[in-house]
Amino acid sequence: MRFAQATLIWAALAIAVCAPIAVAATSPLLEWRDPVYILSGFAGIIALGLLLVQPVLAGGYLPGPSAYRGRRAHHWIGGAVVVMVVVHVGGLWITSPPDMIDALLFASPTPFSPFGVIAMWAIFAVALLAAFRRRLGLRTWRIAHMVLAAVIVVGSVVHGVLIEGAMETVSKAALCALVLGAAIKVMADLVRRMRATSRGEGAVRQ
Amino acid sequence: MTTVVLNRRNLLAAGGSVLTAGVSGLLLPACAQGVAPTQSMSGGSNNYRKGAPMVERIGKGGFWMSGTVRRAGDGAPMAGQRIQIWAHTTEGREEDQRSHGATLTDKNGAFRLEIPQIVPIFGQPHGHLAYDSGEFKTVFLRPIMRSAKETSLEAHFVLQPA
Repeated sequence: MRFAQATLIWAALAIAVCAPIAVAATSPLLEWRDPVYILSGFAGIIALGLLLVQPVLAGGYLPGPSAYRGRRAHHWIGGAVVVMVVVHVGGLWITSPPDMIDALLFASPTPFSPFGVIAMWAIFAVALLAAFRRRLGLRTWRIAHMVLAAVIVVGSVVHGVLIEGAMETVSKAALCALVLGAAIKVMADLVRRMRATSRGEGAVRQ
Repeated sequence: MTTVVLNRRNLLAAGGSVLTAGVSGLLLPACAQGVAPTQSMSGGSNNYRKGAPMVERIGKGGFWMSGTVRRAGDGAPMAGQRIQIWAHTTEGREEDQRSHGATLTDKNGAFRLEIPQIVPIFGQPHGHLAYDSGEFKTVFLRPIMRSAKETSLEAHFVLQPA
């Protein structure tokens, strides 16, 4: 029974991430795009999918791996998100340099661009902070990561929703809702845990 | 939820400006004195190529890009003005030479050029137009289609002396 449940949860996550990618792969727009443009678009879609995996791993909601292995996976997938964003931005730069430069300078006519660029910087900031997280201390690191994660999730979701591109509307909306929901859930849980911990520490000190 | 509000706001803003442009066009003969010059749109000059050739149509056509050219102030229609047009279409990318072409306005200041179907690029289905002949100030426009399914797009120029 437990095995069946675990399989179901894993399958649901896999479908939630892969279905939007698969549907986007059938987009008629791809016919009129260069390989580099297609690659950079899909790097963005994959990054959005990974933003669903991240909170699920961080919250330890997946049956199977130990908390330690879950955190390790979260760490590595965070690195993968950085790589995807670099491919996304780099590929779009190659596709149309002036459009990408406008976006990076917040001078773009497209309303979704600033959301994507802000999310990008927040992703880079988390990656940088993660490298120094031991020096930051657990509490500071958690708060900084949570704030940046909120910026990443909101920025990426708004960015994705406003784009008229290869992603199909319904599967995109569903993935975005899941990303948002998972982020809210894990943050609520973490805040609750941190409060409980600080209350616990207070009790010990007294 | 935020997304919907933002989206709607943007749409309203875009729609409002389109309406304003359209209405000011219609009201033109009545209040001819105060026709304000069109400002270049942000991103309008992206992938511009100087000196696009005059063409009968771009590629195989199927999509109509049209508009008008008038003079700031009195709003008089401007005949024989050269307008350059380019877009990401089913036949080529924005920066490709074959995606660029130019046409002239008729005696009513109207222009019309058939180009291949525009497809969304960089997240929006849009076209590019330029007035860049020197007599008047250069203007770059970047109109957005309301839907990627549309088969025509309009852009209007009101030019001021260079």
